[in-house]
Amino acid sequence: MGYRDHHSVFGAAEGTPLVVSSRFGAPDGHTLDGYKASGSYDGYQALDRVLGMAPSKVVATVRDASLLGRGGAGFPAGVKWGFMPPDVQPRYIVVNGDESEPGTYKDRLLMERDPHQLIEGCLIAAYAVGASQVFLYVRGEMAHAQERIAAALNEAYAAGLVGRNIAGTDFSVDIVMAWGAGAYIVGEETALIESLEGERGMPRLKPPYFPAAKGLYMAPTIVNNVETLSNLPWLFNHGVEEYLKTGTEASPGTRLIALSGHVNRPGVYEIPQGTTTFEDLFYGDDYGQGIRDGNELKMFIPGGGSAPWFYPEQVGMALEGKVVGGAGSMLGSGAVVVMDDTTDAVAACLRLVRFYARESCGKCTPCREGTTWLERILRRIIDGHGRPEDLGLLESVGDNISPGPYPTPPGRPRGSRRSPSRPSRPRSARWARRRWRRSPRRCVASDRSSMPTSPTRRRIRSRGRR
Amino acid sequence: MAAHSLLSRDRAEAGSIVSRFSPENEALAREIIARYPRPKSAIIPLCHLVQEEHGYLTDDGMAHVAELVGVTAAQVQGTASFYEMFKRHETGRYVLGICTNISCLVLGGAELLARAEERLGIRSGSTTADGRITLEDTECLAACTDAPMCQVNYRYFGGLSDSDFDELLDDLASGAIDEVVPPHGTLARVRQHIPDDRVANIGPPEVQVAPEWFTRREAEMAAPEGEG
Repeated sequence: MGYRDHHSVFGAAEGTPLVVSSRFGAPDGHTLDGYKASGSYDGYQALDRVLGMAPSKVVATVRDASLLGRGGAGFPAGVKWGFMPPDVQPRYIVVNGDESEPGTYKDRLLMERDPHQLIEGCLIAAYAVGASQVFLYVRGEMAHAQERIAAALNEAYAAGLVGRNIAGTDFSVDIVMAWGAGAYIVGEETALIESLEGERGMPRLKPPYFPAAKGLYMAPTIVNNVETLSNLPWLFNHGVEEYLKTGTEASPGTRLIALSGHVNRPGVYEIPQGTTTFEDLFYGDDYGQGIRDGNELKMFIPGGGSAPWFYPEQVGMALEGKVVGGAGSMLGSGAVVVMDDTTDAVAACLRLVRFYARESCGKCTPCREGTTWLERILRRIIDGHGRPEDLGLLESVGDNISPGPYPTPPGRPRGSRRSPSRPSRPRSARWARRRWRRSPRRCVASDRSSMPTSPTRRRIRSRGRR
Repeated sequence: MAAHSLLSRDRAEAGSIVSRFSPENEALAREIIARYPRPKSAIIPLCHLVQEEHGYLTDDGMAHVAELVGVTAAQVQGTASFYEMFKRHETGRYVLGICTNISCLVLGGAELLARAEERLGIRSGSTTADGRITLEDTECLAACTDAPMCQVNYRYFGGLSDSDFDELLDDLASGAIDEVVPPHGTLARVRQHIPDDRVANIGPPEVQVAPEWFTRREAEMAAPEGEG
């Protein structure tokens, strides 16, 4: 075994319909021929079906299927499409392929291994809302995904499936690949639009809250996640009824979950929404196959680096947006990070806080300055120079960045907060702190100057665990 | 193969960097600009193209981008300086980015970085004396299930044991993977091309109207369905 022999693990439990991941294992699934030949339907057949429907009927179908956005917020795609003001042109579709939330790995697989599925999804969305152009924004660091998307677009243009007179009809739309250059915040939709306009990728002032009203070049714009759009071909091939058979009423269909960290079999798994629990995911034979070395679970992140952490008592919870949200965290981008009892919670927390300090776009002072403060305070705690007042200080800095509880209670105005991800920054710190109050206290009290920055090789049992 | 960087370094010493686009790349740049409703949208792709040609984002290159898209050079720099992938100085042939974010951290990402620092004799953020490798401590790169992992010029290498990593470092030093990994600056080696006769409708947003197919289909096909 050398470094060349490593392959990513992906899969699904027996009986789960492979809505988006059916071609992950196919060696030529990324080519047009491979796409057409595989699966129970020929590639681009969903497009044919859609072309026989009125555009408004396509929007209604997606709304009926309650297709929830898979990028993080979980907003229903069909409803979002309906936000476009009537008779305002041009309209654009922007595909958010700037996957960079810590722990998240699914959109890259979809772009690398099944670009035609995504392109077909783009065409369906463009048809539904009457878009004049689609921009497929791929994260800058994903060179391979950019190659696969470019190659697939070239094939699709040559085959008459994208561009002028698609599939011999009057439907015409261009899909253009754009690519970023390394900035986490560009995953936020208005920042992505700024980036696409050739600007610094800073989120826009809100309101307007939805780019559907004023987006790219101030025109109505739908920003959808890669996985969301990749659901569309299956949905239109099999129909709403079939789609609703998987998952729960509130969250139908499947989701790609990236399971990483201290499990025996980390991988990207397509799971039915809402019926799989974290326990199934961590210990199930089809998924994680248990915690490494038979260790105990200490904590886990249920939905990417921005999500408040969960602890062993929450493993029985289903992976369902509303359930996880109700428990004070979020399912976010489907990134589950497992940490066993050898993990140093404070060091892990510091690393996430450092991420937000590094990646703060700098537009709003509380985040730009506050995240650096959080990092500095946590760093000195870890270095053994913590002060008794530091815990309160962490709390206070966090509250300055994101006042009030998270998630924002229903009905509470969102204010003019520029970046909806702003609360993310102090969140991991706050949650880790709430739960691990005893553990950082210990750090503060005792001399820990020799503590390594990485929690991995430390084998100190945490007595703070409850 | 640090040919391009050596060349520009030589020229820098001679005091005459002329790092505008080559005629081929200028044609390519114009093609990229034409794909966007507004030329300014092409700034990021064109800055990548400068890096591809010159190894890093040169002053002349940015000035040329500014000319092509019709903004000032300061505006190009203003945009480019926001993004981490744009390097304002020469890098090694390889930029080796080791992820130390959460999923990699808990599986030894920081140790991997320390190992690289020790073996290469440099700290992250700097380049080896022979100009081959620039080491970076990076954020999450979307390969979390393959932790610990690294990227070499934005190509993925995952599931790295210590011995795998040593082997990779050896190959980087010896040039054994030069064919797999192009020099720093080159991202996708496949480019999108839209044949002229296939372009549907690309133009400034100000002149756009509702696509004819949309209006016609909505009027004809939605009618029998009722208000729905």
